[in-house]
Amino acid sequence: MSSPHLAMASSVSVIMGKVMLALIPAIAAYVYVFGPAILATLALASLTALVSEAIMLKLRGVPVQPFLMDGSALVTGWLLALSVPPLAPWWLVVIGTAFAIMVAKQLYGGLGNNIFNPAMVGYAVLIVSFPVPMTQWLAPETLAAQHLDLGQQLAYMLLGSLPEGIRLDALTMASPLDTLKSQLQLQHTVREALALPIFGSVGGKGTELVAAAYLAGGAYLLQQRVITWHVPAAFLGGLVAISALFYGADADRYAAPWFHLASGASLIGAFFILTDPVTGPTTPKGKLLFGAGAGLLTYLIRAFGGYPDGVAFACLLMNLCVPLIDMYTQPPVFGKKGG
Amino acid sequence: MRKLHRFHGGVHPPDRKAESTRLPIARAPLPRRLVVPLHQHLGHGAKPLVQAGDRVLKGQMIGRAEGYVSAAIHAPTSGTVRALEMHPVPHPSGLSDLCVMLEPDGEERWVERGPLDYANLDPQALRLKLRDAGVVGLGGAAFPSYVKLSPGARQRLSTLVINGAECEPYITCDDMLMRERADEIVQGVRLIRLMLHAEEVLIGIEDNKPEAIAALRNAVKRGTLRMDVVPVPTVYPGGGERQLIKVLTGAEVPSGKRPVDIGMACFNVHTAYTVHRAVAFGEPVVSRVVTVAGNVLAPRNYEVPLGMRVADLAALASPLADTSGYLMGGPMMGFELPSADIPVVKASNCIIAKSQALFPAPPPAMPCIRCGRCAQACPAQLQPMDLFWFARARNFGKAQEYSLFDCIECGCCSFVCPSHIPLVQYYRFAKGEIWAKERERKAADLARSRHEFRQLRIERDKQERLEKLARKTAAARSHAAPAPAMQEAAANPADDPRKAAIEAAIERARTQKATITPRNVDNLTPEKQAEIARIEERRKKIREMARDRIEP
Ligand code: SF4
Ligand code: SF4
Repeated sequence: MSSPHLAMASSVSVIMGKVMLALIPAIAAYVYVFGPAILATLALASLTALVSEAIMLKLRGVPVQPFLMDGSALVTGWLLALSVPPLAPWWLVVIGTAFAIMVAKQLYGGLGNNIFNPAMVGYAVLIVSFPVPMTQWLAPETLAAQHLDLGQQLAYMLLGSLPEGIRLDALTMASPLDTLKSQLQLQHTVREALALPIFGSVGGKGTELVAAAYLAGGAYLLQQRVITWHVPAAFLGGLVAISALFYGADADRYAAPWFHLASGASLIGAFFILTDPVTGPTTPKGKLLFGAGAGLLTYLIRAFGGYPDGVAFACLLMNLCVPLIDMYTQPPVFGKKGG
Repeated sequence: MRKLHRFHGGVHPPDRKAESTRLPIARAPLPRRLVVPLHQHLGHGAKPLVQAGDRVLKGQMIGRAEGYVSAAIHAPTSGTVRALEMHPVPHPSGLSDLCVMLEPDGEERWVERGPLDYANLDPQALRLKLRDAGVVGLGGAAFPSYVKLSPGARQRLSTLVINGAECEPYITCDDMLMRERADEIVQGVRLIRLMLHAEEVLIGIEDNKPEAIAALRNAVKRGTLRMDVVPVPTVYPGGGERQLIKVLTGAEVPSGKRPVDIGMACFNVHTAYTVHRAVAFGEPVVSRVVTVAGNVLAPRNYEVPLGMRVADLAALASPLADTSGYLMGGPMMGFELPSADIPVVKASNCIIAKSQALFPAPPPAMPCIRCGRCAQACPAQLQPMDLFWFARARNFGKAQEYSLFDCIECGCCSFVCPSHIPLVQYYRFAKGEIWAKERERKAADLARSRHEFRQLRIERDKQERLEKLARKTAAARSHAAPAPAMQEAAANPADDPRKAAIEAAIERARTQKATITPRNVDNLTPEKQAEIARIEERRKKIREMARDRIEP
């Protein structure tokens, strides 16, 4: 053995465990707002993630046990589960998770070697291939005309069957970002659109609570030093800056910065997705660039692109730039200032 | 209050220092046998001055400094030289080196010695006296001190930094020395300052050693010279020379340069102590304070005669039954000894008994997840994960480009890595490979220039023969001119262009060499060069070992 002979009691699985712990508040908020279906989605995604990971590790001839235990597959599964609509059919979750793990992660060489954020690859594949179920969001319980209990939610997720007398469109609606987009396309002003019952005080009704829970989880991750402040600050800062610019120019056609902060995947993106170490830059300056770039892209896709939310595509685009960003943001070495 | 600066990164391993500071420094009893290596410092080993059968006195020089970077070796006690032979010395790869096997007579009879009249010695003479007293850096690097005691072209230094930081876990020898022998340390510092003409003296001590700080402050008050005893924050590797200078002065020693290049110098407190002993008493370095800690019943600091075997030393502190081996140095930068039959040398500041409980084997390494913790912890401000990537891919050029040689092997990166990657091991491997390649390239260059030279010579001889022939024919034709004079005249102008051609070829080879020398290999500090020499040595030994195994 060569030095150092001491090591900190930390490990990949501890880090992943903390990330999962940090997601608990948001999951609780989800249950409160949309009902317990999310728990089934999470369980399904976890199972799929572990099975896909195990299969691929076996095929690659890599020891299965240590890698299965590292927790990274579970985190990917959870992030995907939290990105699909709350009442997503089972096959959507399975396809998304399996693609994320098998293709985006393992085919690129497994833990530490993938270029793209696996959960976001899974999400992107789903939204491109299955746009309809991917945009049918369960209405928050307080808004829906009709309710499903857990058994009925499960029956729909697994079998696609609804109880008699309940129609899908009575349960679901477009997400707040989606709603705003279509309202604007109908030549309504932002103010008129936001008067709709789906919107709450800053973002979507109910979803703003989930967003707040992500913020709390993010604060925990920062406090635990699982992540650094650079990416979240730069991402949220970039998003606020550009949305403020447009909002200032034309408040009728562009939503306010706080709406963008509280809507869609902004906060899960800031603290849980863009902070994925494997697919992000390692230098502090690089992290700032990466975060800010993702913030700008997210906004552009939301405001001008064809998809309701832009975090996933912004993340993947920025993932592509990481090697370049790292190369050009090397911090000065001790004793080589300015050199 | 002095304004302190901070260096990037660093870690906070549990310090485990309390155990070995409960008891004062004890004098280790003389063992039955001492194994005194002739090469206890960086640079060239000392040249032996004794033979088997010689009787020696304590402090008698038994090895003379050879070359510029070297130091003398002395008998740690009086007794009889039993043999001069190869014996394992403290080294990670367990190599053997020439050692003087000394059987103490138990009388501790000193050679004639007395104070040096340093006031009437010029600094250069004083430096040579220190070299002959075997004074080297006792902080762990064992770099011959007199080399560092020259102020260089500047004539005077702005700052003399005295290193009492002692940042590695377990090690407390400097701490205890400062507590118990503060006056002697201050005396030594005064002498060092005199030799370097330093304007300011800063003594940096980590703030987890309040007793040492108080002791040194009192000693400074008793002395006549102004020195600042500065508590510095406890963070590993705050005792690294470059890190301590940064913390105390804010200055960064440029990469590839030495502190003296920015008008500073850094000496360890234990070194200052030995400077004092050498000047005030004429005592060479024959012992040092060593911490014995870890899996032992009675951790403590001992004043140990150099050459005492680790087995004998550790026995004083009663190792526990489950002791599985020994580390020399601290747990962050020290190395595991291949056996306990290895002597304590000038660089040995600490012996740590290992056990499975204290030093559990790390879990198997996982892939790098690019979490960046290593970069956050790296005091050299490197990107350890990139270096790891390049080293593993054997992309050594890229590793050098990413400043591999600025890595001080402090181990912070490995310490924090959640994937438990033995990062430092990869860097050592990469450095070793690069040095090896560099040496092969030099050898090839030499061969090439030899070859070119030979071609030229053959060419020249041919021409000379032809000319001689021409001259002979010419001489045969005209008998008028005196032959020898003409020969001279003809030979010289003919010779010159040839000489020029040869020189041009050599020059060409030289410039070629200069242009393809990899970065980071030039402008090496003597420490680095010595390190290269050490690595080379190790490789040589390994090769020899391998050969021995093949041809039994
Ligand atoms: S600490 Fe380890 S896992 Fe993290 S970036 Fe550095 S080498 Fe990779
Ligand atoms: S061992 Fe080298 S790379 Fe690692 S932290 Fe220390 S200086 Fe940095």
